[in-house]
Amino acid sequence: MSKRTGMEVAIAAAEAVALCNIDVAAVYPITPQSHIAEHLSDIVHNGRIDAEFITVESEHSAMSACAGASATGARVYTATSSQGLILMHEILPIVSAMRLPVVMGNANRALSGPLNIWNDHSDIMSVRDCGWIQLFAENGQEVIDLTIQSFKMAEHPDVMLPAVVNLDGFQLTHMIEPMEFPTQEEVNRFLPERAPFATLHPDKPVSMGCFNMPDIFTETMMAKNEALVNSKQTILKIWDEWEKQFGRRYKPVETYFSEDAETLILTMGSMSETASVAVDEMRKKGKRVGLLRLRLWRPFPLEELRSALKGCKTLIVMDRALSFGGAGGPVGTEIKSLLFHDKSRPRIVNFLMGLGGRDMKVEDFIAMVERAGKKKDETYEFYGVRQ
Amino acid sequence: MMQTVRNFELYTPKLIEKREFFSSGHRACQGCGEVLALRLVLKALGRDTVVANATGCMEIISTPYPTTAWEVPYIHVAFENAAVVASGVEAGLKALRRKGKIADRDVKAVGIAGDGGTADIGMQALSGAMERGHDMLFVCLDNEAYMNTGIQRSSSTPFMAATTTSPAGTVIPGQRTGKKNMPEIMVAHRVPYVATACPSYPLDLINKVKKARKLKGPSYIHVFSTCPTGWRAPSREAVKLGRLAVETGVFPLYEVENGKYRLTVETPEKRRSVADYFKSQGRFRHLTPDQIKIFQERVDGEYRQLMNKIKHSRSWQE
Amino acid sequence: MKQKKWPEAWHEVTPGCVVFAPGSASTYKTGSWRAQRPVWDNKKCIKCGICYIFCPECCISESADGFFAANLDYCKGCGICEHECWPQAIAMVEEEV
Repeated sequence: MSKRTGMEVAIAAAEAVALCNIDVAAVYPITPQSHIAEHLSDIVHNGRIDAEFITVESEHSAMSACAGASATGARVYTATSSQGLILMHEILPIVSAMRLPVVMGNANRALSGPLNIWNDHSDIMSVRDCGWIQLFAENGQEVIDLTIQSFKMAEHPDVMLPAVVNLDGFQLTHMIEPMEFPTQEEVNRFLPERAPFATLHPDKPVSMGCFNMPDIFTETMMAKNEALVNSKQTILKIWDEWEKQFGRRYKPVETYFSEDAETLILTMGSMSETASVAVDEMRKKGKRVGLLRLRLWRPFPLEELRSALKGCKTLIVMDRALSFGGAGGPVGTEIKSLLFHDKSRPRIVNFLMGLGGRDMKVEDFIAMVERAGKKKDETYEFYGVRQ
Repeated sequence: MMQTVRNFELYTPKLIEKREFFSSGHRACQGCGEVLALRLVLKALGRDTVVANATGCMEIISTPYPTTAWEVPYIHVAFENAAVVASGVEAGLKALRRKGKIADRDVKAVGIAGDGGTADIGMQALSGAMERGHDMLFVCLDNEAYMNTGIQRSSSTPFMAATTTSPAGTVIPGQRTGKKNMPEIMVAHRVPYVATACPSYPLDLINKVKKARKLKGPSYIHVFSTCPTGWRAPSREAVKLGRLAVETGVFPLYEVENGKYRLTVETPEKRRSVADYFKSQGRFRHLTPDQIKIFQERVDGEYRQLMNKIKHSRSWQE
Repeated sequence: MKQKKWPEAWHEVTPGCVVFAPGSASTYKTGSWRAQRPVWDNKKCIKCGICYIFCPECCISESADGFFAANLDYCKGCGICEHECWPQAIAMVEEEV
């Protein structure tokens, strides 16, 4: 294990990618992801890794180039954010349907309009259904670890699905944090060479991206869904391997003081750190509050969530995105529907907060817990809107 | 299941690669000039090729899961990105070969798209790919409309041609603009080899594809593809219409090497009138003699401009 | 007995719908589409091979004696070969119903 270094998280993300010995990167810059693109191209141009860096002319082209390169058997990476992510939306379900293990870093940023370059989760929530493995990082160390793990998860023969690591734009990407990098030798031990089930090469010609008639399409969709649902077992195994090799434990649902909690806050991403400080403060005052942090978003870890919720009376789901005109925040809505039939489910309160980079402080979390206690129904609420 | 034609003793067929890289059983319309062009292009490219194809006629007729007509490695992703998928394939093969993960052998990445996937929705990806200078060939199979979705107009539809989104109405007689000059746009990108080709002149087409394949860098070939279905022409005249397009100067066959223009198939001294070209095509049936005259003047003007370039252009390498 | 169609069950679908059999489209016989078929008059045929070059179905091939014929499993009856044949050695004949 190397010693701890202080580094900007976006730069660390690029360094983690470099450790994975990628073959091709196709990246288009967009605030706040640009530092990942810039540092990765710096690494390639100075010969620190042997890879092709394609400076594509749009994010749609970035994902398309990744698809083409991944289909030849190369290990590929791209990164984007918000408008870039939805520009490449057309290609996202195609890449997962074609079972190409592309790994992407997504610097979470609000979707336009109006234009807003700051952090929230509306970008990744708008592509929930694309069939990718989706992970959320809380801090810089997780960004490094999850990025390296993603390649193994994506390329595993029982998975063969693309994966996206979400890191909060500015609130994580631009922070300088202390992190430990695995050594190159350690990563080589952890991450095997990619062994694709099919490649584009004349020695064994295949056709990829064939179209489906109605009589087979449903079966294809079932196969894709089963692949994503079953990938959880492989993800858990890989997290076990990571713990054995590096000592850091990763779970789909991270818990903090949840065992005896009556009220649980559920967060995703970097604001979880602030929420955990708020939990500490409320515990000092004797409140039985705890924190759940969702690290694995797709495939959704229902069993892990259920066991974390044992004994919980009120679950406060913090959403940093919303479905306009719909049932509220995407995470709150999904959890409500997943637990609908459970006889002993908690009361679920859904707050929409932290939109477009609005800072969420410790006192905000405390205020939301208080508000949840007073709220009679389970409708969703915007937090902190100036009236 | 490659078919090989044996015992070819005669001159002309001897010059053509005998192996087929596209099988029968594809679902193209009868008399499809585009699939004929594709068949000849693949013969010229040979076995060590990876094709990245855009959504369109050629993709739909050839890859109904679980079968495929392609006998070279093939990938289809979406409609507008054939050029950049080919860029990704080129970069992937380059990196893997350099790192010793695949055989140390030249494999050419080729992007193939229709006029829509090249000049309209595919324009951005093509421009980016050519600008970045990837070692790839891009082939536009131009049947002059969005044929696969039902004959809607594209920027490659000829002036005054009738399509479903530029119908020959009483107020507006067909397509309002002329054909976008894609070869010229490619020359402006400083693509070292740009050419036009037509399957009615198979040897010329094959030679151009072979030349482009040998080049290390980007190349572009624009192939005239007769569509009897979309142009409302008899299927038996698919090859004849290509010939007429060349003989009238509507689609001259030339190549541009490093900026130097050269005609590769001589048009007759006295070019045939466009009325001959229009005769069997239903998409031009509505044209009055005056409109035909306007079209003729336009063709004459464009042809003169091309002849100027052929006479005066100089190679960039001079 | 009706032939079982492959793939049928969802787990039989190849990952990514990748097709590992190049040229397998030839299992579909497009010959059923045609309304007329080409017939060669070998007395006129000069064995140039132009019909072979211009067939979009690539279904015309040469026999041992150097003459040409269409594979009627795939011939769609487009008539290009008849139209392009220089000595007019090919005639399109109506298919019987």
